[in-house]
Amino acid sequence: MAQQVAIAEGLFSWPAAQPALLGSRCDDCGIVSFPATDACMACSGRSVRVEELPRQGTLWTWTIQRFMPKTPYNSGETPETFQPYGVGYVELPGGVRVEGRLTENDPSKLRIGMPMEVVFAPYRRDAAGNEVVSFFFRPLD
Amino acid sequence: MDVAVVGIGIHPFGRTPSRSGLQQGAFAARAALADAGVAWRDMQFAFGGSASAGSADALVNELGLTGIPFINVANGCATGGSSLISAYNAIKSGEYEIGLVAGFDKHERGAFNADPEELGIGAWYGEVGMMMTTQFFAMKIQKYMHDYAISTDTLARVAEKSFINGSKNPNAWRREPIAVETIASSTMVNDPLTKFMFCSPSEGGVALVLCRADRARQYSDTPVYLKAATLKSRRFGSFEVFAPSQALVQVEGPTVDAAQAAFEMAGVGPRDIDVMQLQDTEVGAEIMHMAENGFCEHGEQEQLIQSGATHINGSMPVNTDGGCIANGEPIGASGLRQVYENVLQLRGQAEAHQVPGEPKLAYSHVYGAPGISAVTILAR
Repeated sequence: MAQQVAIAEGLFSWPAAQPALLGSRCDDCGIVSFPATDACMACSGRSVRVEELPRQGTLWTWTIQRFMPKTPYNSGETPETFQPYGVGYVELPGGVRVEGRLTENDPSKLRIGMPMEVVFAPYRRDAAGNEVVSFFFRPLD
Repeated sequence: MDVAVVGIGIHPFGRTPSRSGLQQGAFAARAALADAGVAWRDMQFAFGGSASAGSADALVNELGLTGIPFINVANGCATGGSSLISAYNAIKSGEYEIGLVAGFDKHERGAFNADPEELGIGAWYGEVGMMMTTQFFAMKIQKYMHDYAISTDTLARVAEKSFINGSKNPNAWRREPIAVETIASSTMVNDPLTKFMFCSPSEGGVALVLCRADRARQYSDTPVYLKAATLKSRRFGSFEVFAPSQALVQVEGPTVDAAQAAFEMAGVGPRDIDVMQLQDTEVGAEIMHMAENGFCEHGEQEQLIQSGATHINGSMPVNTDGGCIANGEPIGASGLRQVYENVLQLRGQAEAHQVPGEPKLAYSHVYGAPGISAVTILAR
Protein backbone atom coordinates (compact mmCIF):
# COMPACT_ATOMS: atom_id res chain seq x y z
CA MET A 1 0.00 0.00 0.00
CA ALA A 2 1.24 3.48 -0.86
CA GLN A 3 2.76 5.35 2.05
CA GLN A 4 4.12 8.79 2.75
CA VAL A 5 7.91 8.92 2.96
CA ALA A 6 10.18 11.86 3.76
CA ILE A 7 12.27 13.22 0.87
CA ALA A 8 15.41 12.85 3.00
CA GLU A 9 16.25 11.27 6.33
CA GLY A 10 16.86 13.76 9.15
CA LEU A 11 15.65 16.88 7.29
CA PHE A 12 12.46 17.09 9.37
CA SER A 13 10.77 14.88 11.94
CA TRP A 14 8.68 12.31 10.04
CA PRO A 15 6.37 10.65 10.69
CA ALA A 16 5.29 12.88 13.53
CA ALA A 17 2.06 14.33 14.91
CA GLN A 18 3.57 17.81 14.63
CA PRO A 19 6.48 17.57 12.19
CA ALA A 20 9.23 20.18 12.33
CA LEU A 21 12.42 21.03 10.46
CA LEU A 22 15.49 19.64 12.23
CA GLY A 23 18.63 21.70 12.77
CA SER A 24 21.72 21.19 14.87
CA ARG A 25 22.81 23.63 17.55
CA CYS A 26 26.45 23.87 18.54
CA ASP A 27 27.09 23.38 22.26
CA ASP A 28 30.12 25.66 22.08
CA CYS A 29 28.91 28.71 20.11
CA GLY A 30 25.13 28.21 19.98
CA ILE A 31 24.94 28.54 16.18
CA VAL A 32 22.20 26.55 14.43
CA SER A 33 22.81 24.73 11.15
CA PHE A 34 20.23 23.41 8.69
CA PRO A 35 20.26 20.62 7.67
CA ALA A 36 21.72 19.20 10.88
CA THR A 37 25.47 18.61 10.67
CA ASP A 38 27.87 16.70 12.88
CA ALA A 39 30.34 19.60 13.05
CA CYS A 40 29.66 23.31 13.52
CA MET A 41 30.37 25.38 10.40
CA ALA A 42 30.84 28.49 12.51
CA CYS A 43 33.42 27.31 15.06
CA SER A 44 34.40 23.79 13.83
CA GLY A 45 33.09 22.37 17.14
CA ARG A 46 32.11 18.70 17.14
CA SER A 47 29.60 18.84 19.98
CA VAL A 48 26.23 19.52 18.36
CA ARG A 49 22.65 18.63 19.27
CA VAL A 50 19.72 18.12 16.92
CA GLU A 51 16.68 20.27 17.71
CA GLU A 52 13.35 21.17 16.14
CA LEU A 53 13.37 24.57 14.41
CA PRO A 54 10.56 27.11 14.91
CA ARG A 55 7.59 26.57 12.57
CA GLN A 56 6.99 30.26 11.88
CA GLY A 57 9.20 33.08 10.68
CA THR A 58 9.49 35.91 8.16
CA LEU A 59 10.38 35.98 4.48
CA TRP A 60 13.98 37.24 4.12
CA THR A 61 14.19 37.13 0.32
CA TRP A 62 12.51 35.26 -2.54
CA THR A 63 12.27 34.62 -6.27
CA ILE A 64 10.06 32.68 -8.68
CA GLN A 65 11.62 29.82 -10.65
CA ARG A 66 10.01 30.35 -14.06
CA PHE A 67 11.67 27.63 -16.13
CA MET A 68 11.85 23.91 -15.41
CA PRO A 69 15.31 23.04 -14.07
CA LYS A 70 17.29 20.19 -15.62
CA THR A 71 18.11 17.00 -13.69
CA PRO A 72 18.66 16.60 -10.72
CA TYR A 73 15.25 18.38 -10.55
CA ASN A 74 12.79 15.57 -9.94
CA SER A 75 9.21 16.67 -9.36
CA GLY A 76 7.37 14.21 -11.57
CA GLU A 77 6.46 17.14 -13.86
CA THR A 78 7.03 17.27 -17.60
CA PRO A 79 7.88 20.42 -19.55
CA GLU A 80 4.15 20.52 -20.42
CA THR A 81 2.91 20.25 -16.84
CA PHE A 82 5.64 22.34 -15.18
CA GLN A 83 4.36 25.08 -12.89
CA PRO A 84 6.64 27.97 -11.83
CA TYR A 85 7.40 27.85 -8.13
CA GLY A 86 8.51 30.28 -5.47
CA VAL A 87 11.78 29.85 -3.56
CA GLY A 88 12.80 31.88 -0.56
CA TYR A 89 14.75 32.10 2.66
CA VAL A 90 12.60 32.24 5.77
CA GLU A 91 14.11 33.62 8.94
CA LEU A 92 13.19 31.37 11.84
CA PRO A 93 13.73 33.43 15.00
CA GLY A 94 16.42 32.13 17.32
CA GLY A 95 17.42 29.60 14.70
CA VAL A 96 18.57 30.14 11.16
CA ARG A 97 17.27 31.30 7.76
CA VAL A 98 16.11 28.22 5.85
CA GLU A 99 15.83 28.06 2.07
CA GLY A 100 12.72 26.33 0.83
CA ARG A 101 10.11 26.15 -1.86
CA LEU A 102 7.12 28.40 -1.30
CA THR A 103 3.50 27.37 -1.74
CA GLU A 104 2.95 30.71 -3.50
CA ASN A 105 4.19 31.46 -7.03
CA ASP A 106 2.46 34.80 -7.59
CA PRO A 107 5.06 37.57 -7.10
CA SER A 108 2.35 40.09 -6.20
CA LYS A 109 1.54 38.02 -3.11
CA LEU A 110 5.11 37.87 -1.80
CA ARG A 111 7.00 40.58 0.03
CA ILE A 112 10.14 40.64 2.12
CA GLY A 113 9.30 40.60 5.82
CA MET A 114 5.91 38.87 5.53
CA PRO A 115 5.09 36.13 8.06
CA MET A 116 5.48 32.53 6.86
CA GLU A 117 5.05 29.05 8.30
CA VAL A 118 6.52 25.70 7.35
CA VAL A 119 4.21 23.00 5.99
CA PHE A 120 4.88 19.42 4.98
CA ALA A 121 3.17 18.08 1.88
CA PRO A 122 3.48 15.45 -0.85
CA TYR A 123 5.94 16.57 -3.54
CA ARG A 124 5.96 13.67 -6.00
CA ARG A 125 5.49 9.90 -6.13
CA ASP A 126 8.44 7.50 -6.06
CA ALA A 127 8.80 4.35 -8.20
CA ALA A 128 6.94 2.27 -5.60
CA GLY A 129 3.99 4.67 -5.68
CA ASN A 130 4.75 6.22 -2.29
CA GLU A 131 4.10 9.91 -1.75
CA VAL A 132 7.40 11.69 -1.21
CA VAL A 133 6.89 14.43 1.38
CA SER A 134 8.94 17.63 1.41
CA PHE A 135 8.76 20.95 3.28
CA PHE A 136 7.36 24.23 1.95
CA PHE A 137 6.85 27.71 3.34
CA ARG A 138 3.36 29.21 3.21
CA PRO A 139 2.50 32.89 3.57
CA LEU A 140 0.50 33.59 6.72
CA ASP A 141 -1.32 36.69 5.49
CA MET B 1 59.95 38.63 -7.46
CA ASP B 2 57.31 40.63 -9.36
CA VAL B 3 55.32 39.05 -12.16
CA ALA B 4 54.41 40.39 -15.60
CA VAL B 5 51.94 39.40 -18.31
CA VAL B 6 53.84 39.42 -21.60
CA GLY B 7 51.53 37.48 -23.90
CA ILE B 8 47.76 37.27 -24.32
CA GLY B 9 45.60 35.16 -26.60
CA ILE B 10 41.88 34.60 -27.00
CA HIS B 11 39.56 32.40 -29.01
CA PRO B 12 36.34 34.31 -29.74
CA PHE B 13 33.56 33.58 -27.25
CA GLY B 14 30.15 32.30 -28.25
CA ARG B 15 29.42 29.13 -30.18
CA THR B 16 31.99 27.53 -32.48
CA PRO B 17 30.59 24.17 -33.62
CA SER B 18 33.67 23.46 -35.73
CA ARG B 19 36.11 23.48 -32.78
CA SER B 20 36.20 21.49 -29.55
CA GLY B 21 36.78 23.33 -26.29
CA LEU B 22 40.31 21.96 -26.24
CA GLN B 23 40.98 23.29 -29.74
CA GLN B 24 39.71 26.70 -28.67
CA GLY B 25 42.13 26.54 -25.74
CA ALA B 26 45.01 25.62 -28.06
CA PHE B 27 44.04 28.48 -30.40
CA ALA B 28 44.26 30.92 -27.49
CA ALA B 29 47.53 29.40 -26.22
CA ARG B 30 49.20 29.71 -29.65
CA ALA B 31 48.03 33.32 -29.88
CA ALA B 32 49.44 34.12 -26.42
CA LEU B 33 52.78 32.48 -27.24
CA ALA B 34 53.00 34.41 -30.52
CA ASP B 35 52.11 37.64 -28.72
CA ALA B 36 55.06 37.11 -26.35
CA GLY B 37 57.31 35.95 -29.18
CA VAL B 38 58.03 32.62 -27.49
CA ALA B 39 57.53 28.95 -28.31
CA TRP B 40 55.57 26.36 -26.36
CA ARG B 41 58.85 24.56 -25.54
CA ASP B 42 60.01 27.74 -23.73
CA MET B 43 57.22 27.37 -21.19
CA GLN B 44 58.52 26.02 -17.87
CA PHE B 45 55.10 25.31 -16.35
CA ALA B 46 51.40 25.64 -17.07
CA PHE B 47 48.19 25.92 -15.08
CA GLY B 48 44.84 25.52 -16.75
CA GLY B 49 41.20 24.76 -16.25
CA SER B 50 38.08 23.58 -18.03
CA ALA B 51 34.80 22.56 -16.41
CA SER B 52 33.00 20.84 -19.29
CA ALA B 53 35.52 20.42 -22.11
CA GLY B 54 37.92 17.82 -20.77
CA SER B 55 41.21 18.07 -18.92
CA ALA B 56 43.09 21.29 -19.49
CA ASP B 57 46.40 19.43 -19.49
CA ALA B 58 45.29 17.61 -22.65
CA LEU B 59 46.43 20.86 -24.30
CA VAL B 60 49.85 19.20 -24.48
CA ASN B 61 48.42 16.90 -27.17
CA GLU B 62 47.66 19.97 -29.25
CA LEU B 63 50.71 22.07 -28.41
CA GLY B 64 53.42 19.41 -28.14
CA LEU B 65 54.74 16.92 -25.60
CA THR B 66 57.58 18.82 -23.99
CA GLY B 67 57.52 17.27 -20.51
CA ILE B 68 56.08 20.47 -19.06
CA PRO B 69 54.55 20.27 -15.55
CA PHE B 70 50.91 21.11 -16.35
CA ILE B 71 48.54 21.34 -13.38
CA ASN B 72 44.76 21.23 -13.80
CA VAL B 73 42.76 23.76 -11.79
CA ALA B 74 39.06 23.40 -10.96
CA ASN B 75 37.44 26.15 -8.91
CA GLY B 76 34.05 26.81 -10.46
CA CYS B 77 33.65 30.27 -11.96
CA ALA B 78 36.91 31.28 -10.23
CA THR B 79 38.90 28.65 -12.17
CA GLY B 80 40.71 31.20 -14.35
CA GLY B 81 41.50 33.44 -11.39
CA SER B 82 42.77 30.43 -9.46
CA SER B 83 45.03 29.34 -12.34
CA LEU B 84 46.42 32.85 -12.51
CA ILE B 85 47.14 32.97 -8.77
CA SER B 86 48.87 29.59 -9.01
CA ALA B 87 51.09 30.85 -11.84
CA TYR B 88 51.72 34.12 -10.03
CA ASN B 89 52.91 32.27 -6.94
CA ALA B 90 55.01 29.86 -8.99
CA ILE B 91 56.97 32.76 -10.49
CA LYS B 92 56.99 34.87 -7.32
CA SER B 93 58.57 31.98 -5.44
CA GLY B 94 61.56 32.16 -7.77
CA GLU B 95 61.04 28.58 -8.90
CA TYR B 96 60.13 29.46 -12.50
CA GLU B 97 60.85 32.29 -14.91
CA ILE B 98 58.10 31.94 -17.50
CA GLY B 99 54.93 29.90 -17.91
CA LEU B 100 51.45 29.69 -19.38
CA VAL B 101 47.96 30.00 -17.92
CA ALA B 102 45.10 28.69 -20.03
CA GLY B 103 41.36 28.29 -19.68
CA PHE B 104 38.76 27.05 -22.10
CA ASP B 105 35.28 25.58 -22.08
CA LYS B 106 32.36 24.43 -24.15
CA HIS B 107 29.03 24.09 -22.35
CA GLU B 108 25.72 22.77 -23.56
CA ARG B 109 22.84 25.21 -23.88
CA GLY B 110 20.70 26.23 -20.94
CA ALA B 111 21.40 26.87 -17.28
CA PHE B 112 24.09 24.88 -15.50
CA ASN B 113 22.82 21.81 -13.66
CA ALA B 114 25.11 21.23 -10.72
CA ASP B 115 25.03 18.08 -8.60
CA PRO B 116 24.34 18.93 -4.93
CA GLU B 117 26.11 15.81 -3.67
CA GLU B 118 29.40 16.97 -5.21
CA LEU B 119 29.19 19.96 -2.86
CA GLY B 120 28.23 17.95 0.19
CA ILE B 121 24.55 18.90 0.01
CA GLY B 122 21.80 16.27 0.08
CA ALA B 123 20.25 15.05 -3.18
CA TRP B 124 16.88 16.41 -1.98
CA TYR B 125 18.14 19.96 -2.55
CA GLY B 126 18.43 19.32 -6.27
CA GLU B 127 15.26 17.22 -6.49
CA VAL B 128 13.09 20.06 -5.18
CA GLY B 129 14.67 22.51 -7.63
CA MET B 130 16.91 24.68 -5.47
CA MET B 131 20.30 23.71 -6.98
CA MET B 132 20.07 26.71 -9.28
CA THR B 133 22.64 29.50 -9.44
CA THR B 134 20.04 31.73 -11.10
CA GLN B 135 17.80 31.57 -8.02
CA PHE B 136 20.62 32.66 -5.74
CA PHE B 137 21.48 35.68 -7.85
CA ALA B 138 17.81 36.61 -8.11
CA MET B 139 17.27 36.33 -4.36
CA LYS B 140 20.44 38.26 -3.57
CA ILE B 141 19.52 41.22 -5.81
CA GLN B 142 15.88 41.03 -4.65
CA LYS B 143 17.03 41.57 -1.07
CA TYR B 144 19.57 44.18 -2.18
CA MET B 145 16.96 46.20 -4.12
CA HIS B 146 14.74 46.13 -1.03
CA ASP B 147 17.54 47.27 1.29
CA TYR B 148 19.24 49.85 -0.97
CA ALA B 149 16.46 51.13 -3.27
CA ILE B 150 17.87 49.90 -6.58
CA SER B 151 15.23 50.20 -9.34
CA THR B 152 14.27 47.62 -11.96
CA ASP B 153 15.18 50.18 -14.63
CA THR B 154 18.74 50.19 -13.30
CA LEU B 155 18.86 46.41 -13.71
CA ALA B 156 18.01 46.81 -17.39
CA ARG B 157 20.52 49.67 -17.80
CA VAL B 158 23.35 47.34 -16.79
CA ALA B 159 22.51 44.83 -19.53
CA GLU B 160 22.01 47.65 -22.04
CA LYS B 161 25.60 48.77 -21.36
CA SER B 162 26.90 45.16 -21.58
CA PHE B 163 25.46 44.74 -25.08
CA ILE B 164 26.74 48.16 -26.19
CA ASN B 165 30.24 47.16 -25.07
CA GLY B 166 29.86 43.73 -26.65
CA SER B 167 28.99 45.36 -29.96
CA LYS B 168 32.42 47.06 -29.87
CA ASN B 169 34.35 43.88 -29.09
CA PRO B 170 35.11 41.58 -32.05
CA ASN B 171 35.62 38.61 -29.69
CA ALA B 172 32.26 38.96 -27.92
CA TRP B 173 29.34 36.59 -28.44
CA ARG B 174 26.48 39.13 -28.28
CA ARG B 175 27.44 41.88 -30.68
CA GLU B 176 24.17 43.76 -31.12
CA PRO B 177 22.93 46.52 -28.81
CA ILE B 178 19.55 45.70 -27.25
CA ALA B 179 17.09 48.42 -26.27
CA VAL B 180 16.58 48.89 -22.55
CA GLU B 181 12.81 48.37 -22.97
CA THR B 182 13.42 45.04 -24.73
CA ILE B 183 15.70 43.91 -21.90
CA ALA B 184 13.18 44.90 -19.24
CA SER B 185 10.25 43.24 -21.00
CA SER B 186 11.98 40.02 -22.07
CA THR B 187 10.87 36.73 -20.48
CA MET B 188 11.06 36.74 -16.70
CA VAL B 189 13.48 33.97 -15.66
CA ASN B 190 13.90 34.37 -11.91
CA ASP B 191 12.16 37.45 -10.53
CA PRO B 192 13.33 40.24 -10.74
CA LEU B 193 15.73 39.10 -13.51
CA THR B 194 14.70 38.70 -17.14
CA LYS B 195 16.30 36.62 -19.87
CA PHE B 196 18.50 39.42 -21.25
CA MET B 197 19.77 40.25 -17.77
CA PHE B 198 21.54 36.90 -17.44
CA CYS B 199 24.71 35.57 -19.02
CA SER B 200 24.50 32.14 -20.62
CA PRO B 201 26.94 29.24 -20.59
CA SER B 202 29.02 29.52 -23.78
CA GLU B 203 32.37 28.58 -25.33
CA GLY B 204 35.76 30.17 -25.64
CA GLY B 205 39.40 30.07 -24.65
CA VAL B 206 41.97 32.47 -23.19
CA ALA B 207 45.67 32.07 -22.47
CA LEU B 208 48.30 34.28 -20.88
CA VAL B 209 52.10 34.09 -20.80
CA LEU B 210 53.51 35.21 -17.45
CA CYS B 211 57.15 35.82 -16.60
CA ARG B 212 59.46 37.35 -14.01
CA ALA B 213 59.02 41.10 -14.12
CA ASP B 214 62.74 41.71 -14.56
CA ARG B 215 62.68 39.73 -17.81
CA ALA B 216 59.44 41.22 -19.13
CA ARG B 217 61.02 43.66 -21.59
CA GLN B 218 62.72 40.71 -23.25
CA TYR B 219 59.30 39.52 -24.44
CA SER B 220 57.11 42.58 -24.67
CA ASP B 221 57.40 46.32 -25.33
CA THR B 222 54.20 46.78 -23.33
CA PRO B 223 54.46 44.48 -20.30
CA VAL B 224 51.69 44.64 -17.75
CA TYR B 225 52.50 43.88 -14.12
CA LEU B 226 50.45 41.81 -11.71
CA LYS B 227 50.33 43.96 -8.60
CA ALA B 228 47.97 41.64 -6.73
CA ALA B 229 46.25 38.29 -7.11
CA THR B 230 44.05 37.05 -4.28
CA LEU B 231 41.50 34.31 -3.70
CA LYS B 232 39.12 33.92 -0.76
CA SER B 233 36.43 31.42 0.14
CA ARG B 234 33.34 32.20 2.19
CA ARG B 235 33.37 32.79 5.92
CA PHE B 236 30.57 31.63 8.18
CA GLY B 237 27.61 33.97 7.82
CA SER B 238 28.15 35.22 4.27
CA PHE B 239 25.20 34.77 1.89
CA GLU B 240 26.28 32.43 -0.88
CA VAL B 241 25.03 30.29 -3.72
CA PHE B 242 23.98 26.69 -2.98
CA ALA B 243 23.25 27.29 0.70
CA PRO B 244 20.28 25.38 2.21
CA SER B 245 20.42 27.84 5.08
CA GLN B 246 21.85 31.20 5.99
CA ALA B 247 23.09 32.36 9.39
CA LEU B 248 20.98 34.97 11.19
CA VAL B 249 24.00 37.25 11.50
CA GLN B 250 25.41 38.08 8.08
CA VAL B 251 29.10 38.83 7.48
CA GLU B 252 30.89 40.21 4.41
CA GLY B 253 31.31 37.75 1.55
CA PRO B 254 34.47 36.48 -0.15
CA THR B 255 34.39 39.32 -2.69
CA VAL B 256 34.85 41.92 0.04
CA ASP B 257 37.62 39.86 1.60
CA ALA B 258 39.45 39.21 -1.70
CA ALA B 259 39.15 42.87 -2.71
CA GLN B 260 40.54 44.17 0.56
CA ALA B 261 43.44 41.72 0.41
CA ALA B 262 44.18 42.71 -3.20
CA PHE B 263 44.19 46.46 -2.50
CA GLU B 264 46.49 45.87 0.45
CA MET B 265 48.83 43.71 -1.63
CA ALA B 266 48.95 46.26 -4.46
CA GLY B 267 49.23 49.27 -2.14
CA VAL B 268 46.45 51.10 -3.98
CA GLY B 269 42.82 51.92 -3.29
CA PRO B 270 39.56 51.63 -5.25
CA ARG B 271 39.78 55.27 -6.38
CA ASP B 272 43.10 54.59 -8.12
CA ILE B 273 41.55 51.99 -10.47
CA ASP B 274 40.92 53.22 -14.03
CA VAL B 275 39.02 50.26 -15.50
CA MET B 276 37.35 47.24 -13.89
CA GLN B 277 35.98 43.87 -14.92
CA LEU B 278 33.50 42.59 -12.30
CA GLN B 279 31.74 39.22 -12.28
CA ASP B 280 28.41 39.83 -13.98
CA THR B 281 26.72 36.46 -13.98
CA GLU B 282 23.67 38.68 -14.29
CA VAL B 283 23.01 42.38 -13.87
CA GLY B 284 22.43 42.16 -10.13
CA ALA B 285 25.87 40.67 -9.61
CA GLU B 286 27.51 43.59 -11.44
CA ILE B 287 25.58 46.09 -9.31
CA MET B 288 26.35 44.43 -5.99
CA HIS B 289 29.96 43.68 -6.91
CA MET B 290 30.59 47.40 -7.59
CA ALA B 291 30.05 48.04 -3.87
CA GLU B 292 31.46 44.76 -2.55
CA ASN B 293 34.74 45.45 -4.33
CA GLY B 294 34.88 48.90 -2.76
CA PHE B 295 34.16 51.09 -5.80
CA CYS B 296 31.08 52.76 -4.30
CA GLU B 297 28.82 52.69 -1.27
CA HIS B 298 25.83 50.33 -1.17
CA GLY B 299 22.96 52.06 -2.95
CA GLU B 300 25.15 54.55 -4.84
CA GLN B 301 24.91 52.30 -7.90
CA GLU B 302 21.46 53.63 -8.71
CA GLN B 303 22.79 57.10 -9.43
CA LEU B 304 26.10 55.92 -10.92
CA ILE B 305 24.47 53.57 -13.43
CA GLN B 306 21.66 55.96 -14.35
CA SER B 307 24.24 58.69 -15.00
CA GLY B 308 26.34 56.46 -17.26
CA ALA B 309 29.38 56.32 -14.96
CA THR B 310 29.99 52.63 -15.72
CA HIS B 311 30.11 53.11 -19.50
CA ILE B 312 33.44 52.99 -21.37
CA ASN B 313 33.76 56.78 -21.31
CA GLY B 314 32.37 57.12 -17.77
CA SER B 315 34.19 57.78 -14.51
CA MET B 316 34.32 54.08 -13.54
CA PRO B 317 34.15 51.87 -16.64
CA VAL B 318 32.85 48.38 -15.78
CA ASN B 319 33.06 45.30 -18.02
CA THR B 320 34.41 47.14 -21.03
CA ASP B 321 34.44 44.02 -23.23
CA GLY B 322 30.75 43.34 -22.56
CA GLY B 323 31.40 41.12 -19.54
CA CYS B 324 29.80 37.73 -19.05
CA ILE B 325 26.47 39.13 -20.23
CA ALA B 326 27.78 39.80 -23.76
CA ASN B 327 30.44 37.08 -23.83
CA GLY B 328 28.63 34.25 -22.10
CA GLU B 329 30.42 32.17 -19.53
CA PRO B 330 32.76 29.37 -20.53
CA ILE B 331 33.69 28.61 -16.92
CA GLY B 332 37.37 27.76 -17.45
CA ALA B 333 38.04 30.81 -19.63
CA SER B 334 35.81 33.48 -18.11
CA GLY B 335 38.10 34.89 -15.41
CA LEU B 336 41.04 34.97 -17.81
CA ARG B 337 38.94 36.89 -20.35
CA GLN B 338 38.73 39.70 -17.80
CA VAL B 339 42.51 39.77 -17.51
CA TYR B 340 42.89 39.63 -21.29
CA GLU B 341 40.63 42.67 -21.55
CA ASN B 342 42.52 44.53 -18.83
CA VAL B 343 45.86 43.90 -20.58
CA LEU B 344 44.38 45.25 -23.83
CA GLN B 345 43.14 48.33 -21.95
CA LEU B 346 46.50 48.98 -20.26
CA ARG B 347 48.36 48.51 -23.55
CA GLY B 348 45.95 50.91 -25.23
CA GLN B 349 44.99 48.21 -27.75
CA ALA B 350 41.28 47.82 -27.02
CA GLU B 351 40.30 49.91 -30.06
CA ALA B 352 36.54 50.52 -30.16
CA HIS B 353 36.15 49.50 -26.48
CA GLN B 354 39.27 51.35 -25.28
CA VAL B 355 38.66 53.55 -22.25
CA PRO B 356 40.03 57.07 -22.73
CA GLY B 357 42.85 58.64 -20.76
CA GLU B 358 45.55 55.96 -20.94
CA PRO B 359 44.49 53.79 -17.98
CA LYS B 360 47.26 52.79 -15.60
CA LEU B 361 45.54 50.42 -13.17
CA ALA B 362 43.00 47.72 -14.01
CA TYR B 363 40.99 45.46 -11.73
CA SER B 364 39.37 42.08 -12.29
CA HIS B 365 37.02 40.12 -10.04
CA VAL B 366 35.37 36.72 -10.36
CA TYR B 367 32.82 35.06 -8.11
CA GLY B 368 31.95 31.39 -8.17
CA ALA B 369 30.12 28.60 -6.41
CA PRO B 370 29.99 27.76 -3.59
CA GLY B 371 31.24 31.15 -2.43
CA ILE B 372 34.71 31.96 -3.71
CA SER B 373 36.13 35.11 -5.15
CA ALA B 374 39.37 35.97 -6.94
CA VAL B 375 40.74 39.45 -7.63
CA THR B 376 43.68 40.68 -9.68
CA ILE B 377 45.10 44.18 -10.02
CA LEU B 378 47.21 44.93 -13.08
CA ALA B 379 49.42 47.96 -13.74
CA ARG B 380 51.31 49.09 -16.80
